[in-house]
Amino acid sequence: MITIKNLHASIDGKEILKGLDLTVNAGEVHAIMGPNGAGKSTLASVLAGREDYEVTEGSVDFDGTDLLDMDTEERAREGLFLAFQYPVEIPGVSNINFLRTAINEIREHKGEEAMSAKEFMATVREKSALVELDPKLASRSVNEGFSGGEKKRNEIFQMAMLEPKLSILDETDSGLDIDALRIVANGVNTLKSDKNASIVITHYQRLLDHIVPDFVHVLYDGKIVKSGPKELALELEEKGYDWIKEEMAL
Amino acid sequence: MLEGLTPTSILLDEKELNSAQNTLAKNQLPTTRMEAWKYTRVAKLGKTNYTSSEETVTSIDSYRIANDATTFVFVNGHFSEELSSDEIPAGVSISPLSACMEGEIGSTNLILEGEIFNALNTAFLTDGIMIDIEAKANVEKPIQIIHVLKGEANLSNFKTIINAGDFSKAAVIQGFFAEDADRAFANVTSEISVGTNAFLTVDKVQYEAENTSHISTEQVSQGKDSTFTINTITLNGGLVRNNLNIEVNGENCETNLNGAYLLKGKQHVDNHSVVDHRVPNCNSNELYKGVIDDKATAVFNGKVFVRKDAQKINAFQSNGNVLMTDDASVNSKPELEIYADDVKCSHGSTTGQLDEEAVFYLRARGLSEKSARQLMVSAFIGDVLEKIENEDVLNFTHSLLKSRFGWDFE
Repeated sequence: MITIKNLHASIDGKEILKGLDLTVNAGEVHAIMGPNGAGKSTLASVLAGREDYEVTEGSVDFDGTDLLDMDTEERAREGLFLAFQYPVEIPGVSNINFLRTAINEIREHKGEEAMSAKEFMATVREKSALVELDPKLASRSVNEGFSGGEKKRNEIFQMAMLEPKLSILDETDSGLDIDALRIVANGVNTLKSDKNASIVITHYQRLLDHIVPDFVHVLYDGKIVKSGPKELALELEEKGYDWIKEEMAL
Repeated sequence: MLEGLTPTSILLDEKELNSAQNTLAKNQLPTTRMEAWKYTRVAKLGKTNYTSSEETVTSIDSYRIANDATTFVFVNGHFSEELSSDEIPAGVSISPLSACMEGEIGSTNLILEGEIFNALNTAFLTDGIMIDIEAKANVEKPIQIIHVLKGEANLSNFKTIINAGDFSKAAVIQGFFAEDADRAFANVTSEISVGTNAFLTVDKVQYEAENTSHISTEQVSQGKDSTFTINTITLNGGLVRNNLNIEVNGENCETNLNGAYLLKGKQHVDNHSVVDHRVPNCNSNELYKGVIDDKATAVFNGKVFVRKDAQKINAFQSNGNVLMTDDASVNSKPELEIYADDVKCSHGSTTGQLDEEAVFYLRARGLSEKSARQLMVSAFIGDVLEKIENEDVLNFTHSLLKSRFGWDFE
């Protein structure tokens, strides 16, 4: 699905990613953990195509195409989805209107026919139920006046609507109470198939009780320094990141 | 500037004519040293030798804002009878000013002293229209005035007089257009009187050309229990200045002023408004929003007066601007002058660029950059457009937005 090789990226001349390698196959869930400032959100931003970051070295192959050569919207249309750590409020822009535009622009890109209004509304009903998002919220301005949990559920709702190949969840769990977390995780688990994949970026092991990863990676100082099965997350939770730092120093 | 012009032959009030001539003799064009003209340069108007020639327009198909309306057409300010409606609805009398008898036009409350454009308009008035709405008349079809500038260096001094009788209800649409016009100038005045408990809505659509000028002054007076709404949509015109002066003279009035301006190129659009609350228990709402692209400049100056004994006034004023480029600029000055102590007034002004984080968010969902920006501009300006009740006006506005800016908001 995605193969990241020796990825280096910097912002304002400061190098954040320092040679990151990661391969994710269809049907897999990968968790990326790491201390603050390790480069977790930078990785998400670079993959989504945020222009503030400059990729100085390395390559990213996304299903046979060069991801880094594409604009943000092309990446989205090719099936990459980023659930934002801080979803943006956009006053006056209706959630479902923009989603409908997005879906139809993606369909046009793929040479498919536009989704009918009827089919669209049925999908909205089905997918908003999945994340227990009040259908009224679905038609309000994007994230405006939403609680933290509603914003994150809205991210997963959009993910469900767009049916991406690869989802990157950037700290989707932070700030959520246990009920909201369960709802979000349930949404992600329901959408999982052998044709799509997820990269779950988190600071806390708690999320991984609900979204069970196939692999856990530790990101530290711009590189993946350790990878392992899901049990690695528990070990990190127990020992903290200092343990990794010490191991690195050796 | 005035050499090629002929003094008006319209039968205006003698005193006003004298006053206008006096002002023209004593005053020069305003300069940016004058507070009211600080951000708007009009010197180039003084350097143009204007004429006021009669031109013909063969069709008004592309200027017709409302299809089902009583329509009056003027080209360079001259009445075009053949393009105008010949049927006038019941309860209304409408006449070009050139057809008015002596004394019929009467005196007005247009300020002539020191107001050079009003004086120019009066002394050299080309023609205009007088609309009298009878008391209690409910005029269902809008009355549509279409003004077209045509030819080179033509000056149209045009006047609209609207008298909305007590308990009447009517809507007037004013459309300003240009056809093969070069350096033409529309200098327009409107005198509007809204009677007791009358409802009057004016929709003004300005769509002239990038090398034309337009200065207009609306002098409005409201009687008690009346509602006056004016929606000003400015989408084209090189230099545009709108002076909107509203005197609220009766209690329990409602006044709504909405404006949307979308500029590009080197356009300059200046909206100056004054709402003068002279009596208690009235509401006024002002919402102006602009999107300024390229090297265009906008000015907003909105003043609300609340006089000494005008208690229980609710006056709200808001101006918002989005600058699409680094070269676009706006000068926004909302002002409140309150002399009463039991009022609820607010004003605010915002100027910014489109939220780039929001643009990124929308693109990350698959929208093209153009769609993302269009969606956000549409949301921004939509607040004003949704105030327009007449669907024809709204649809026409959307069609202009599409043809001029390539923006499809619907």
